[in-house]
Amino acid sequence: MSGWALRTEGLVKTFTLHLQGGARLPVLYGVDLSVASGECVALAGPSGAGKSTLMRCLYGNYGAEGGRILIRHRGETVDLTAADARLVREVRRETLGHVSQFLRVIPRVPSLDIVAEPLVARGMAPDAARAEARALLSRLNMPPALHALPPATFSGGEQQRVNLARGFAPGYPVLLLDEPTASLDAANRDVAVALIREAKAAGAAVVGIFHDTDVRDRVADRLFTVEPRPEASRSAA
Amino acid sequence: MSAAPEVASGGTLAGYNFAYLDEDTKRMIRRALLKAVAVPGHQVPFGSREMPLPYGWGTGGIQVTASVIGPDDTLKVIDQGADDTTNAVSIRRFFARVAGVATTERTADATVIQTRHRIPETPLREGQILVYQVPMPEPLFRLEPRVAETRRLHALGDYGLMHVKLYEDIARRGEVEISYNYPVMVNGRYLMSPSPIPAFDNPKMDRMPALQLFGAGREKRIYAVPPYTSVRSLDFEDHPFRPGRADASCALCGSRETYLDEVVTDDRGGRRFLCSDTDYCAERRADR
Amino acid sequence: MSDAPILEASGLHLRFGSVAALDEVALRVWPGEVVAILGESGSGKTSLLRVLSGTVAPDAGEVFYRDAAGVLVPVHVAGEAALRRLARTEWGFVHQNPRDGLRLGVSAGGNVGERLMAVGARHYGGIRAAAAEWLRRVEIDPARMDDLPRDFSGGMQQRLQIARTLVTRPRLVFMDEPTGGLDVSVQARLLDLIRALVADLGLAVLLVTHDIAVARLLAHRLVVMRRGRVVEHGLTDRVLDDPQHEYTQLLVSSVLAA
Repeated sequence: MSGWALRTEGLVKTFTLHLQGGARLPVLYGVDLSVASGECVALAGPSGAGKSTLMRCLYGNYGAEGGRILIRHRGETVDLTAADARLVREVRRETLGHVSQFLRVIPRVPSLDIVAEPLVARGMAPDAARAEARALLSRLNMPPALHALPPATFSGGEQQRVNLARGFAPGYPVLLLDEPTASLDAANRDVAVALIREAKAAGAAVVGIFHDTDVRDRVADRLFTVEPRPEASRSAA
Repeated sequence: MSAAPEVASGGTLAGYNFAYLDEDTKRMIRRALLKAVAVPGHQVPFGSREMPLPYGWGTGGIQVTASVIGPDDTLKVIDQGADDTTNAVSIRRFFARVAGVATTERTADATVIQTRHRIPETPLREGQILVYQVPMPEPLFRLEPRVAETRRLHALGDYGLMHVKLYEDIARRGEVEISYNYPVMVNGRYLMSPSPIPAFDNPKMDRMPALQLFGAGREKRIYAVPPYTSVRSLDFEDHPFRPGRADASCALCGSRETYLDEVVTDDRGGRRFLCSDTDYCAERRADR
Repeated sequence: MSDAPILEASGLHLRFGSVAALDEVALRVWPGEVVAILGESGSGKTSLLRVLSGTVAPDAGEVFYRDAAGVLVPVHVAGEAALRRLARTEWGFVHQNPRDGLRLGVSAGGNVGERLMAVGARHYGGIRAAAAEWLRRVEIDPARMDDLPRDFSGGMQQRLQIARTLVTRPRLVFMDEPTGGLDVSVQARLLDLIRALVADLGLAVLLVTHDIAVARLLAHRLVVMRRGRVVEHGLTDRVLDDPQHEYTQLLVSSVLAA
């Protein structure tokens, strides 16, 4: 059965640095990855191998040079490398979630609204969206007093929990997690693991980068090794 | 030097054309008038001539009157409602000399009425022509100083600006602070200055049976309101237009309905209110 | 995705003497989409905004606007009357200098009310209620409704301009460096306000800016211009995080980190 929710075919990514005399920096070459619904794949490989680059390509944040990125969206197959900006926005709104290492803070917006925003964008009533956001933030041990504050002045761990809540609240069918537990304490790490397991149980296809091997072993079904390109490690040095 | 002008047959001055203006000029003005009547409230440019009196004394009104008056007409001229002020007397005498027409002070007897600042109290009827002297034809001129832009606003019917002015009056002072020259919409299309008549007179313009012509000599504009045309004073639904008048009765005829002038009678605060329309007041007194 | 673009331009050319302000520019904007035109002075971004909004006619090319009734309006053929009607109903303009978008001698309430009155509102109380509501939405105390905007700070003037523009619920808003001359703290507040209002009302916005941070915060999509040409366009975070064109790479790498 073609049970995949997200797959790449011969994905190629090379950076061309025009400001460095047009130097070319190959990072990914011929990456074939397939992730099924309900499955969590952990990306492995040495530092600099291109794990984060692959994640960003999958989200459409980096443009791919060659190959295809296919995603099941509204029952159809969409090639993200060829989709126009509006279609990518729609896929991100409905199908493809991303928890990055850092929260890109929007000034003056309360944490609660940051978490509720993707729910509202998917058509949920603002009050219901806030209720869900509140429940999720509380589950991540965020004291209610912080819900009304913009996260700009929060600690790294607090920001990361806002980020997690925002990523998990909508229940995306495909979820990309880039170091989701990096700055969390043990208790919140457990909550994060539980959230990932629940997402899988609900049928989400999850791709993650986990430096914390304990967390990785608790959530990942298999590893996918991103091979470093020899030229890449040389140029990056 | 030539001799003093002789009186020609028909009572007009020998050597002068009928009603002072040459026929070509009158034709040009009549064309402008026809256009003005065809597009009610729209300002039509015309080649205003030098007249034997200064701008501000009614040069626009006189040129319009001269272009429409005929030997059989009866002319009435009022200034602020009165037939006996210098300006009214001079213009009446002017036309008596250059056109030989009959003149009257009675509104009902006149076929052409030239006016500054008032509409007679006696309702006008079909067949009469009311000619207004207009100092500034552009209703938007205090709000938009660029003439080209005001023309564009008229062309596009874009009159939000005028309502902003009314809004500001109400916001600041609780009511619209325009007691004369109160802007009107003509035929639902053009914003028009009614010339500096009191707002009290505005309702008389609406669906008036007589033809209303407006002449602005210095600004070289003519406009018109044909008989039975809708003329609406601008207002808000919850702040309807209210024609104002002094809350008093005329000291001579006792009228409580007419527009009154306040007359200071001494230097100790004594005052009286009198009808501004002298003909109407006199007739009321005669009827008693 | 089946909905049609609200604005569509193709083959735009415009020259000022020997300088090409627009050179074969095409652009489409969909309902509810915020598109930023990013470039330095002289890149042609302001010329593009003027041509798209019908203010300046292009030497070649076409601009179409799809109105609320679904009718395709050829912006440079429709005539001034049609454009003015659009400008006071379905379009809005937010200028860099609030003096270009406000009547400084008219009260704040009158400024907001003008667009309502221009489209036929004739109930004084209703106009005031709408003005008060919009002043609140842009975080101006409604008690200042009868004050003149010339006594307002720059940030307040800009927020008033936004209230005045949005009160008639336009479908497409053109913004030219809306946070241009403001202090940084004032800018942040204004940007957040614009972001929230645009999302709430589902507006389509065409935003001209030279400020990458402004573009990142507000825009869904970016168009990068240089010397009258579009050198790169796409999803905002894609263009800014993985710029392909040499010029975009230079722009992105030239931002000073705080």
